[in-house]
Amino acid sequence: MNSLILRMVAGRLVVALVTLLIVAVVIFFATALLPGDVVQILLGQAATPEAVKGLRTAMHLDQPAALRFLLWLKNLATGDLGVSYVNNIPVAELIGNRLGNSLKLAAVTAAISVPVALTLGVTAAILRGTLVDRMIAVFTIAVISVPEFLVATLAVIVFAVTLGWLPALSMTGDVTTISGLLKAFAMPVITLSFVISAQMIRMSRAAVIETLNAPYVEMALLKGASRRRMVLRHALPNALGPIVNAVALSLSYLLGGVIIVETIFNYPGIAKLMLDAVSTRDLPLIQGCAMIFCLAYLLLITIADIVTIVSNPRLRHA
Amino acid sequence: MSDTMANWTPGDDAMVENAIRRGADRRELLRMMLAGGVALSAGGAILGRAGAALAAEPVKGGHLKIAGFAASTADTLDPAKASNATDYTRCCALYNRLTFINGAGLVTMELAESVESTDAKTWTVTLRKGVTFHDGKSLTAKDVVFSLKRHLDPATGSKVATLAKQFAEVTATDDRTVTITLAAANADLPTILGLHHFMIVADGTTDFSKGNGTGAFVLKEFKPGVRSVMARNDNYFKKGPYFDTFEYFAIADEPARLNAVLSGDIHVGANLNPRSLRVIEGNPSIAPFISKLGSYGNFILRLDMAPGDKAGVAEGFKYLVNRPVIQKSVLRGLAEIANDQPIPSWSPYYNAELKQREFDPERAKSLFQKAGILGPEIRVTVSDAASSSADYAAVLQQAGGKIGLNLVIDRVPADGYWSNYWLKEAFHAGNINARPTPDIMFSLFYQSNAPWNESRYKSPKFDAMLLEARGLLDLSKRKQIYGEMQAMVANEAGTVIPVFQSNLDGVSPKLKGLVANPLGGMMGYTLPEYTWFGA
Repeated sequence: MNSLILRMVAGRLVVALVTLLIVAVVIFFATALLPGDVVQILLGQAATPEAVKGLRTAMHLDQPAALRFLLWLKNLATGDLGVSYVNNIPVAELIGNRLGNSLKLAAVTAAISVPVALTLGVTAAILRGTLVDRMIAVFTIAVISVPEFLVATLAVIVFAVTLGWLPALSMTGDVTTISGLLKAFAMPVITLSFVISAQMIRMSRAAVIETLNAPYVEMALLKGASRRRMVLRHALPNALGPIVNAVALSLSYLLGGVIIVETIFNYPGIAKLMLDAVSTRDLPLIQGCAMIFCLAYLLLITIADIVTIVSNPRLRHA
Repeated sequence: MSDTMANWTPGDDAMVENAIRRGADRRELLRMMLAGGVALSAGGAILGRAGAALAAEPVKGGHLKIAGFAASTADTLDPAKASNATDYTRCCALYNRLTFINGAGLVTMELAESVESTDAKTWTVTLRKGVTFHDGKSLTAKDVVFSLKRHLDPATGSKVATLAKQFAEVTATDDRTVTITLAAANADLPTILGLHHFMIVADGTTDFSKGNGTGAFVLKEFKPGVRSVMARNDNYFKKGPYFDTFEYFAIADEPARLNAVLSGDIHVGANLNPRSLRVIEGNPSIAPFISKLGSYGNFILRLDMAPGDKAGVAEGFKYLVNRPVIQKSVLRGLAEIANDQPIPSWSPYYNAELKQREFDPERAKSLFQKAGILGPEIRVTVSDAASSSADYAAVLQQAGGKIGLNLVIDRVPADGYWSNYWLKEAFHAGNINARPTPDIMFSLFYQSNAPWNESRYKSPKFDAMLLEARGLLDLSKRKQIYGEMQAMVANEAGTVIPVFQSNLDGVSPKLKGLVANPLGGMMGYTLPEYTWFGA
């Protein structure tokens, strides 16, 4: 079993490197296709031809694009992500600060939403067709349908403006107490949990129902296994594969896709950093962020696959 | 005497207070309130309140929190590169200018003791004594020379390189005197030196992330795109500032910015949408702070491309635009009617004799018929980059539909609008920020060879008048020439300027000392230096 996992991880590593390279090439040239370059964006309305030319020369942007890409790649090989065009701060430093924030938010959200979502999903599957199942279904569909900016804005109006219980902004930098931390995280975490739980609830419900219909579960029932044992011991391990993949996809969203929550609660995470980078055409920063999103995605999918293999004896001997 | 009345809000209190600061007298104010349906007795109570606020002595202390509308990794503390309210506000707190344009639009001295000239060509700037930078270095003429000359280097990426081009020579005569020789006479130099980009930095500075200036606050923390924190400069050469610390960040989402003021998390939410005025009015935890600016959104008909090249087309659109509807419906009253020329009524150079153009669709129809443009599709390019331009266009489209004009609105992305559409399309929307002098306005946007001549307006007579007025130190003569030029732009250029937009900031009612400034919202971005928390 160990050797199988090792082989898979090694294979994944190679694939990951190739994927990263392809992503880097695509992003580099896609950015070049965007209207305007960093110099024009920085100068804005003041971009007269001579000003643009002067600043381009000063920023070494007059070299051919392919050469700049190769230089960037060479630096990346030595672990140097480069320096932001826009503010001359090393990309690693810019990302470092904010990646930490994003990971913190993702971790807290995952710690709360994954157990809740799985419990609700499995419960709905066991109690299929009952009132509880219907209520969970209505709740998840409602949550999927309501866009997160609405959830977030309503949460602010109710909890921050009307009731005054929570701060409208999530400035975790100034927080020193545990209760302050809870308060600062409460609203972004609630909003994000709403968004990502729905997907996980529906996937886990579907997966468990499917296995509950399988002949071996019926066999367990005939052998007199308790309902609890039937679900937890026989059905769940077999349903784990699809569930874990759904969880991994939801979590990957938490890293790069939470731009709305970051904007509304003024949370300095990495999604907003990427957006800034794109809108100022700050290539080294765009590349750095993209590499991290890509890496995180590959990592989560690989973990999901490992969990699937470990949980399913049939796959171990394949 | 009761001072409770139906629709009177803290915002109105602030308005009255501002009116008093502007110099309105008691009778005028009472008349204003009577017109608004406020009983005379209650009116007296309001004036009493506003008077008390004015008399209040500034109080030291407190942590001021301001949220602007935009922050990104492009945030900079380099005044030459500053590009929006976020940069301006931070720079205003950290640095000073040689001159300062006050709430009435007049030039006062800041780092300079005097800026003088006899021929408007050679200027002598004498610096104030005893000014120090945050790092302890004294301000000398060398710093001024460095600060002004760096705009000429393309590598600086200065936003005002075109304005700085006229500095033919900048030299330090002695420690406290700088001589500026201009390429051609320009009587507006003292005003130009009061622009945000011409703030004074220390000689030889290359790393601006430290924010080492002479300003009211000293930088403690600066993370581009996240936030900045500053503390009071106790060695400041002026009175104030009053806050212990000042924190600035951005909340890009407008409702979230408004909510943060309502919940008391921040004291100022800058640049609110006119739509939010309804929420603000009648809410005791927020007050509106309205600044009349000379900025405007316009429609540009290029005079060298169809349909603008046909006689009477641009004029027709000037009659077709329903200014009161834009003022009241699109901008909720946060606007002043404009007259197709870029000088607002509060400028000392405003030409009040120029007749206001009224909404006259019949006249537009006859002009369009003569030009033969009724019937076929006419396309107008708008974008969110030029704020509210889609709404303006809808107003125009509706009026046009009634006279048989087939106006089609092309809405394009905000991203890249200024480099790809602005100045390039035949008929499109623009957005111009106010500049403090008619000379700058006209030379940037209407001089024949100006790179930003939006409608390609070409008039040798206009160019000659511009040069003549620029060198005149006599105010009344300049006013006369600029007045004539306003009429020329209104009648001949291809730019339709419906209204001047006012800026709306939402502020905590605790904040005292607010005075609107024509250079921009938040008191021309100097709010942290001049305001304080009242009891």
